[in-house]
Parts: sequence; C-alpha cells; structure tokens
Amino acid sequence: MIVAEQKPIAEIISIAFKHKSILVVGCGTCVTVCFAGGEKEGKTLSSLLRMKAQMEQKLLEIEELTVERQCDHEFIEKIVPLAGKVEAILSLACGAGAQLIAEKFPDKIVYPGLNTTFLGITEKQGIWKERCLGCGTCLLDKTGGICPIARCAKNLLNGPCGGSQEGKCEVNPETDCAWQLIYERLKKLGQSECLEEIIPVKDWSTSRDGGPRKVIRDDLTL
Amino acid sequence: MKTDSNLEKVLASGEFAVTAELGPPRGADPEDIHKKAKLLGDCADAINITDNQTAIVRMSSIAAGILLKQRGLDPVIQIVTRDRNRIAIQSDVLGAAAHGINNVLCLSGDHQKFGDHPTSKNVFDIDSIQLIQMLKKMRDEKKFMSGADIDVAPRLFIGAAENPFADPFEFRVIRLSKKISAGTDFIQTQAVFDVEKFEEWMKLVRKKELHKKTHILAGVIPIKSAKMAKYMKENVAGLRIPDEIVSRMEKAKDVKEEGIKICTETIERVRKIEGVQGIHIMAVAWESIVPKIVERVGLLPRPPIRKEDSNANESKNPNG
Repeated sequence: MIVAEQKPIAEIISIAFKHKSILVVGCGTCVTVCFAGGEKEGKTLSSLLRMKAQMEQKLLEIEELTVERQCDHEFIEKIVPLAGKVEAILSLACGAGAQLIAEKFPDKIVYPGLNTTFLGITEKQGIWKERCLGCGTCLLDKTGGICPIARCAKNLLNGPCGGSQEGKCEVNPETDCAWQLIYERLKKLGQSECLEEIIPVKDWSTSRDGGPRKVIRDDLTL
Repeated sequence: MKTDSNLEKVLASGEFAVTAELGPPRGADPEDIHKKAKLLGDCADAINITDNQTAIVRMSSIAAGILLKQRGLDPVIQIVTRDRNRIAIQSDVLGAAAHGINNVLCLSGDHQKFGDHPTSKNVFDIDSIQLIQMLKKMRDEKKFMSGADIDVAPRLFIGAAENPFADPFEFRVIRLSKKISAGTDFIQTQAVFDVEKFEEWMKLVRKKELHKKTHILAGVIPIKSAKMAKYMKENVAGLRIPDEIVSRMEKAKDVKEEGIKICTETIERVRKIEGVQGIHIMAVAWESIVPKIVERVGLLPRPPIRKEDSNANESKNPNG
C-alpha cells in the first residue's frame, strides 16, 4: 500500500486559516490502513481545526467527507456538492489522490494534508516499512524476493557495499542490509549461484527517469 | 601491457607495489596537491585521488590527477557512482584519458548521509561492478555502454576495491570474483588492521585462484593517535579494528611512533601472504608519514617511473 504521514499540525492550521471555509476530504483506502488520512483522521483533524478557530476567534467553516478512493473519478464525484460550498479543499489522500481532486476542481485551491512517503508494508501495529520503488521492471526473481533497489540505500544490484556490518546498513543501523538478507535467503533456497551472476545495468527508462508513466490496457479501455 | 600506467608496469614486473592515497583540498588551491605530491611522489608507484570521499565536497579527482600528471606522477583516479550517471562517467573517463590518465578505481561511494550535503540526491545509476564492465567495454571493445563506437578508445588500467572485513564474509569473495569477471585489473582492499581475518579472506581468495586473475594490494592506514583509533573503530563503517590496536595506542608513550609501528608490522605481515602483490597506504591527513613507513619496510627506492613522451599531447592517440 501507499504509506503516508499527516503533515505537522501547525502547517495544516496555517493552511486552513488562510480561508473562511475548507473541505477536509479523507480517503478510504491506503491512508486509512496506515492511519494517516482516513475517516477517523479526517474527523479528528476537523474537530481540532474547529477548536483552534474558536479559540482564536477565527471564522472558519469546516466541511468533512471521506470517499472510498480519491484516486478514482468515480468516487470523487461525491465531493461535488460540498466542494461548491467552500473556498479550498484539504486532501488527506496520497499525492495521487490530492492531484485528482485538483484536476476535478480546477477553480478550487487544493492543499495536501499528508506527506506521501512510500510503497510499503505494515510490519506491525504502528510500524510501516518501504518495500517497492515502482521501478517498472521487477527483478525480485533474481534477488530472492528482496528488492535491492527499494531496500539498499545505494540501490546496488550486485552485492553489498563495504559498509554492511553485522547484517545492518551503514546509513541506518536499524535498517537491515538488503544484501545480507538476499544472501541468506538465496543460500537457504539453494540458489547461491544467483549471487555469482552479474546483474546488468538497469534500464531506468521504465522508472521515473523515463518521465511520468502511463499504463494502457487495450483489453479494458472503452 | 594495456596502458602506459606505471602501476601496471610495476605489478606486471612482479615487484611488490606501493600506492598511496591523496585527499584533494576543499578549495581551489593547486599548491595543496603539489605539496602532498612532493611527499608521496618518491615513495609510491601510483597515487590514488579520492572522489569526494565520505561525500564531502573536494577538488575533482580528475582535475587533481591532471596536476599529478603534470609532475610526471601516475595518478589513480577514483570514481564513485554516487554522484554521476553513466553519461557523465563515460565523458569524464574520456577526458581523463585525454590527459594521459590510465588508472581508474571503480567505487560505489560513501552514502551522502555521511557528508556535508546530507540532503542531496544520489545517483547510483550503475554500481561499481557495472562501472568496471563499462570501462572494460570502452577499452577493449571501443564501445560506449550503449553500444555506440568510440573513435579513440581510452587506455585504462581498471581497479576496484574490496572490503574483506564487511559482512557477509563469504559473499566478499564472491563479490571479488564478480569484480574480476567484470574486468578489474587490480584490487585495493579496505585497510587491514585485523591481519588474521585478512589471512582468512586471502585463503578463500587463493582457493578460488582469484589472486592469479588480478593484482591484490592490501590497504593500510597509519593511525596518529589513540583517539583516532577509537574513533575509527566506533564510527567508520566497514573498518575492523581489534581492541588490541586501540589498547596499544592508549598505552604507548610515543603514540605516533606506535602508530607507525603498527602500520609497518601490518605491512610486513601482509607482504608475506601469498597472493598479496602490494600495499595501498591511506594516510588520511598524515601524508607526511608515508615516506618513513615505506622506507622502514624496505620498499625504497621505488622503481623509476617511466618517462612521459614529451610529445604525448600532440600525438595521434592522446592517451597513448
């Protein structure tokens, strides 16, 4: 899923206080799962803004709504009636959702309420970790199901750098060295020969380096 | 011989080689390079110039290498893949070769987190092994990585590093063998303090006969103070410093002398290990000690550096 974190509250307050009315839109998918921008977070944030406005005697109308997915035209249709009533929209979706809202409402100011951080997993309650960079050419088959592009600070494709120590990364001793994990796993799977193979230079054109990407499925388009 | 590199010549002759490291200045003063070159020139067969080591901005390694070349010395240009993509590196290598620079050491580079610009974006378009492959292709096939032809190919003596003390230990030898199949001509290792561990690694290297396929130079660092020993032990990723070294430095009356002694003892021990063909002295901010160390271990004088062809710049093949 996409993992995100709410922006610092001071930043959100200063955004909201620029307007007389604002719509807080939560998103019911990834950011709900990582407790950053779902219905609950949207409600809490709206109450907080209301309280703050009251305390400072600011005139601020707050509407709130959570849609199933802000990255889908179908679901953001539901925002239309409320959007008409406010000056600005605060999106609690990932960057993709916030952008679709901006696209949908060209005459509204749209603010991001979250910082989108990565594509990752829930390790345990309250802890999320990055696992994928969306490079467009998956090579997990060569690396024992562990991605050195997302999980090695230098995205090295041919083994650990000289800073791998006791299984940890030199950049952050709390992070596992991806290549230590790959090494152990391939050995366990009896695929050690993969370690000797030189993985050729990567074609980054399928990654962000080729410009914004687009997927077209002819079998699905209408 | 692939090139006119003095280092290649010394290694090919079977002589025990000596290389030394020179850190370029954090400024534009060429005198800093000249001063260090004067210290190192007579006691090293080639001089490594670091490439923004520990991700701290310094004078470009190629530019510093040209200054050494002008003094008739043999530079080893370090190239990290952290800061430049395949386009920039190939371009820089052509430029270096046009100035008669042959030796290139291929590294991935320290992460920018450790440097003076921790908020910068890193590149890592390719890794150090792919860099070796790319340079070999440029030299041997006269082709860029893309497959396009190079009219005058660079003549390169390709080096790489390996760290026998990092983990996973067994992978280190596999990685060395990958670097050799990628095309590395010589290897400079991370600094050896734990000679037993290094011997163990060399045993694995010999078992795979890798020492016959490349030239291995063992790295050493002379330590100046007990504080430095402790700092390196605790803070420098990839270095393995036994407690004994730290306590020897702490107990010593003349700490600098003790540091020199530890270094010369290490050199004498690694020299006896089958498959080690030279040493690489990394006297970080203590370049002045290198002549003494090389003299004490009986490795002076160095074989004379081959005289440059004075018309080299005007010849058809500028890097020849």
